[in-house]
Amino acid sequence: MNLLKIISEIEKLDPEVYEKLNSRRAMFKHLSSSGMKFAAAAVPLFLGTALNKAYAQSSAVPDILNYALTLEYLEDEFYKSGLAAAGLIPENRRVIFQQISKHETAHVGFLKAVLGQLSATPVAKPTFDFTAGGVFADVFTNYQTFLALSQAFEDTGVRAYKGRAGELLGNATVLTAALQIHSVEARHASMVRRLRAEKGWITGNSNSGLPAAIYAGEDNVTQGGASITGLGYSAAAATEAFDEPLTPDDVLAIAGGFIVS
Amino acid sequence: MNKTQTTSHESFGDFEKKIMLPMRRGRFLKYLGASTAVSALLVSGCDDDDDGPSMNTPGVDLGSGDIGILNYAYLLEQLEAAFYEMAVSSPYSGISPAETSILTDIRDHEKAHRDFFKAALGTSAITTVEFDFTAIDFGNRASVLGTAKVFEDLGVSAYNGAGKLITNPAYLLLAGKIVSVEARHASAIRDLLNPFSADFSGDDVVTTDNGLDLAKSPTEVLSAADAFVKNTITFDKLPS
Repeated sequence: MNLLKIISEIEKLDPEVYEKLNSRRAMFKHLSSSGMKFAAAAVPLFLGTALNKAYAQSSAVPDILNYALTLEYLEDEFYKSGLAAAGLIPENRRVIFQQISKHETAHVGFLKAVLGQLSATPVAKPTFDFTAGGVFADVFTNYQTFLALSQAFEDTGVRAYKGRAGELLGNATVLTAALQIHSVEARHASMVRRLRAEKGWITGNSNSGLPAAIYAGEDNVTQGGASITGLGYSAAAATEAFDEPLTPDDVLAIAGGFIVS
Repeated sequence: MNKTQTTSHESFGDFEKKIMLPMRRGRFLKYLGASTAVSALLVSGCDDDDDGPSMNTPGVDLGSGDIGILNYAYLLEQLEAAFYEMAVSSPYSGISPAETSILTDIRDHEKAHRDFFKAALGTSAITTVEFDFTAIDFGNRASVLGTAKVFEDLGVSAYNGAGKLITNPAYLLLAGKIVSVEARHASAIRDLLNPFSADFSGDDVVTTDNGLDLAKSPTEVLSAADAFVKNTITFDKLPS
């Protein structure tokens, strides 16, 4: 995974990324040097709020739609390639991936149309490399690798939409549509996970052989200041019951490895 | 429980149709939701349904603003949790270990959602709601999984429709954290009913043109849930 490439991808989507990263560094510095003693549980909430503010100030609806469109382009091309690869997907599982593929294609078209309605320009489809530079060399010849990446993209998609919903609060129509896509991605994720003999839901930050970044933070057991384990639930149930968001830089760190240009 | 026997001989499709039919009290609720002048007490006094609220079942007012929406979610989570508690404690005949595992997991998730909302709402929380599950045959797989499918899809559509009614981004994020788990449930339940088909994300819930899941208003959702809720629910102060 090429860090410069990732930063440049973020920069394409968000020209102010350097400024934000700098202010984020400053924030971390401030935290560590201030000598303030935060309760362990309070720190992530504080950071989350500060980061959300950083993005909420500058991001407009078209930026978020283009962010979503980039992820949908990736998924759409991934499933089209998988379905086109002879002998990859077993005959009796093709209907599942045809359904998923149909939705991803529809999402691309829908997001482009919404951007058009807002008189905004949809980003061009990037060039993808689903082997991520050879890391997943057999993605379109080995069904298990294909399934693993499918799970990665679906679960990341769920986390990505969730991470930006708050920025859409001022636009009820777009917010609702984003939520309607978000839950479709979650339906997909559950199915693909179960095809891999995983649970349909995410237990802790268990990554089942995928890059750990995809599930980083999914082990959170505190919601809205309430400890779910403290209410009498196991860590497994507490983490499965709540899916966690990802920030755009988290997502691009994951997806960036599959984007050539 | 004896009323449930009739459903065991019905096909699943009939059963689903039956429980999705808005009942008379559902129309009452719509009216109640639209009108600020009618008190819950008055309506419950007029209610002549045989499964209507009794003198001992208190009326429930969801309240207004974000708190109202959180109470709305709390009500739905109570419904789901109560259903899965029944489904797990009295499993249908022929249940497989995999199905037991899935239903037990979902029960725990719904209970965690329920208890989370109760804790988060504190003194603003509505009371514990009473449910009537006599339309469900807990001994019958199609009845239990068919109801689970209806509840999960309904939950997804409820959160999707309620997002725009929330004003606090922290609450919206919490709703987002929960709705995707409900969608994961819906997918798994649908796959148990029709394995390895397109139903996990079927054309009946996801539009074929735009690939969008359902989004329903509180009025639509509460009308559908009403057949299972004993209390009279007042939601006329919810944002819309």
